[in-house]
Amino acid sequence: MSVEIKTNSISTIRNTYSHIKRRFGDKPATRYQEASYDIEATENFHYKPLWDPQRSLNDESRTSIKMKDWYQINDPRQFYYGAYVGNRAKMQESAETSYKFCEKRNLISGLDESIHLKILKYLVPFRHLNLSANMNNSMIAGDSVATTVAQAHIYQSMDHLGMGQYLSRIALIIDGNTGTALNTSKTFWIDDPMWQPMRKLAEDSMVVKDWFELSLLQNLLIDKAVFAFVYEAMDEWFATLGARDISMLTEFMRDWNKDTTRWIVAVVKTAVAESDENKEKLQAWVNLWEPQVFSALVPIAQETVGKDALVNVQNELAALLKKTGLQSTESTL
Amino acid sequence: MTATKKLNLKQKYQYLTRDMDWEPSYQKKSDIFPLEEFEGIKIIDWDGWEDPFRLTMDSYWKYQAEKEKKLYAIFDAFAQNNGHQNISDARYVNSLKLFLSGVSPLEYAAFQGYAKVGRQFSGAGARVACQMQAIDELRHSQTQQHAMSHYNKHFNGLHDAPLMHDRVWFLSVPKSFFDDARSAGPFEFLTAISFSFEYVLTNLLFVPFMSGAAYNGDMATVTFGFSAQSDEARHMTLGLEIIKFLLEQHEDNVPIVQQWIDKWFWRGFRLLSLVSMMMDYMLPNKVMSWKEAWEVYYEQSGGALFKDLERYGIRPPKYQDVANAAKEHISHQLWSTFYQYGQATNFHTWMPKKEELDWLAEKYPDSFNKYYRPRFEHWDELQKKNQRYYNPTLPQLCQVCQVPVLFTETDDPSSISHRDTVYKEDRYHFCSEACCEIFGNEPEKYVQAWLPVHQIYQGNCGGPELPGVLSDYYHINLGEDNLEFSGSPDEKRWNEMKGIKPSKKDDAA
Repeated sequence: MSVEIKTNSISTIRNTYSHIKRRFGDKPATRYQEASYDIEATENFHYKPLWDPQRSLNDESRTSIKMKDWYQINDPRQFYYGAYVGNRAKMQESAETSYKFCEKRNLISGLDESIHLKILKYLVPFRHLNLSANMNNSMIAGDSVATTVAQAHIYQSMDHLGMGQYLSRIALIIDGNTGTALNTSKTFWIDDPMWQPMRKLAEDSMVVKDWFELSLLQNLLIDKAVFAFVYEAMDEWFATLGARDISMLTEFMRDWNKDTTRWIVAVVKTAVAESDENKEKLQAWVNLWEPQVFSALVPIAQETVGKDALVNVQNELAALLKKTGLQSTESTL
Repeated sequence: MTATKKLNLKQKYQYLTRDMDWEPSYQKKSDIFPLEEFEGIKIIDWDGWEDPFRLTMDSYWKYQAEKEKKLYAIFDAFAQNNGHQNISDARYVNSLKLFLSGVSPLEYAAFQGYAKVGRQFSGAGARVACQMQAIDELRHSQTQQHAMSHYNKHFNGLHDAPLMHDRVWFLSVPKSFFDDARSAGPFEFLTAISFSFEYVLTNLLFVPFMSGAAYNGDMATVTFGFSAQSDEARHMTLGLEIIKFLLEQHEDNVPIVQQWIDKWFWRGFRLLSLVSMMMDYMLPNKVMSWKEAWEVYYEQSGGALFKDLERYGIRPPKYQDVANAAKEHISHQLWSTFYQYGQATNFHTWMPKKEELDWLAEKYPDSFNKYYRPRFEHWDELQKKNQRYYNPTLPQLCQVCQVPVLFTETDDPSSISHRDTVYKEDRYHFCSEACCEIFGNEPEKYVQAWLPVHQIYQGNCGGPELPGVLSDYYHINLGEDNLEFSGSPDEKRWNEMKGIKPSKKDDAA
């Protein structure tokens, strides 16, 4: 038996918007489709930007990667704004539970001062790398064309801000909300020789002009190598020091890394598959940047997990690059 | 760690945002932030930036997700129960057509603009505030697509809004407005959008549409409005902070900012003339008249604001008095124009019914009966004789605001305000002294304007004949999206749905 509610059914005159119909045919559309396809202006721009008079607004030539249709690059997670914040709200909810639990039980603040110092020296400074990632992705969101591409980058941008804030909170737990631990941690980032190649990489990334190159560098090469290094290898290392509880506070980052790998691999893969020219350019950027990412990780690894742990990281990145149709340079570490 | 004083909320937020930033040493600051100086704005110390709101990302995700969940629950219920049947009248949907093709694309452009400036400032506090607005604006553009999705399945004129925004003649008014801001430098962008638009004028855009929805039984749109309210409040605080920050940083910034305020007040005022006709003519259940709205939201609130800014050496916008005086006229003049060009719009036009004419007369005692009612009654007479008036000649557009040259002189409502100027041997036409002056300050920018009427005459819009332009280039479904409301397929379906007998011609005026 089922209960049947009679409703006044009214026939519709169309299934979806015309621009969605042109793309997907005359049928009801998903929310991702109606939110993400062909809502961005494409023509008849009135004025050349004062900040880039050679190009127009929404100009496809802000990257040298070429796509016949930029909407071919989309998001396997189907994130439009509502789906995105819904997903991250769930992630933050469990993060919040972990932070509260750690604070209540003094799991972090109760650790040895020498461990605190290691956390401030090797883990917390990565919040600065979150900030350059935040800036880079904001630029890409502003420069890229097609909503399917641009929206995912503003999500990346805000995610990195959020993760930088989570790392900062670890230091605030350590210093009892005074800021002194964050000050200490920042001096490592600024002055410690071990951090300088990483800080240089962050600053170098902020002057990359081609947004696709920047997305490849930031969201694939840097993020995937750094997250595997910090939140897998270094996480194990902290556990051996008796600080396994730190994992609870970085679970968000591991979940996030899994979630965004799916996306960035799809982005790069689609651009590689489009043409040999794209593939050559992207491979050249991998050749240029991948060794720099690993050289920046080496000094940190040497002081912590040991250089050998980077081989694993490199293999994982190589496997991802292979999925996109590109090759790791497999530079000697 | 030695314990010192606990951080207060403000300090804590600074640690969680701008403290992640650092002074670069491997790359020059001017290479990382190449656009911070070219506008001539002087920033002495970004530490003087007061965060306009304090919202960490974890709270942002949490609050926004809660809002989205509620909003989409209403959208689903609205669609399932065919909520469009509960609106006041099918004419109401025409204001949604104007909104989806005129305003929603601006939300998207705002997303792009704020993402860009969210990278450009060397002050991290300002960057983060802009990024948060960027993602909010993306939200608005997308939730609006979803709010209107159900209407699009039951009414005409909503089906191809982004394309129309790029091409249709009157939509170059909003489009050129935002293109103008986005093609400017980062500080002008914020002065234009955050301050002049979001802070000073937003209540004249947002409130009319959302209150209009509330008064006319449109649950989907009004729920969006309530849901976006707290976002808008954040955006307004950013608008006020940017202006105070610029003015406090250096006295040399004052004249630059003043010129931007003059320009963007006027650009915004001209853009809002579209809202004025929506309020006075397109809402079957009126919220308030444009004149009343202008008095409350600009003359009173704006007056208090500019009084407050006096201490920085800022005076009210230069052409404010012209705008104040025009409140008696612009909605009537604009509706007259759209009525005449109803063959070329994605929404329907009509002559007000008798009680609506009386309402207008009551709200505009000094202007309506004297200048506009006779014209409307004349057109209504023609319509009764089956000679509904359409103007076959394309209008002259203002080179700056792109509204047809149709507004009148402040001291003489019977003579059209028209200015022109010669630049590099070409003559340019304007609707007003203010637009002419804006052109004079940046002629190289405004000579580039993509003026729809010029483009049609130059054959760039799909052919020489108007019907071809309308159907093939504008994607207007002729006889469905455009023309007079009475007799339209929208009206017919509505009447069938509501069991209303076809309206008699003499129902009007």
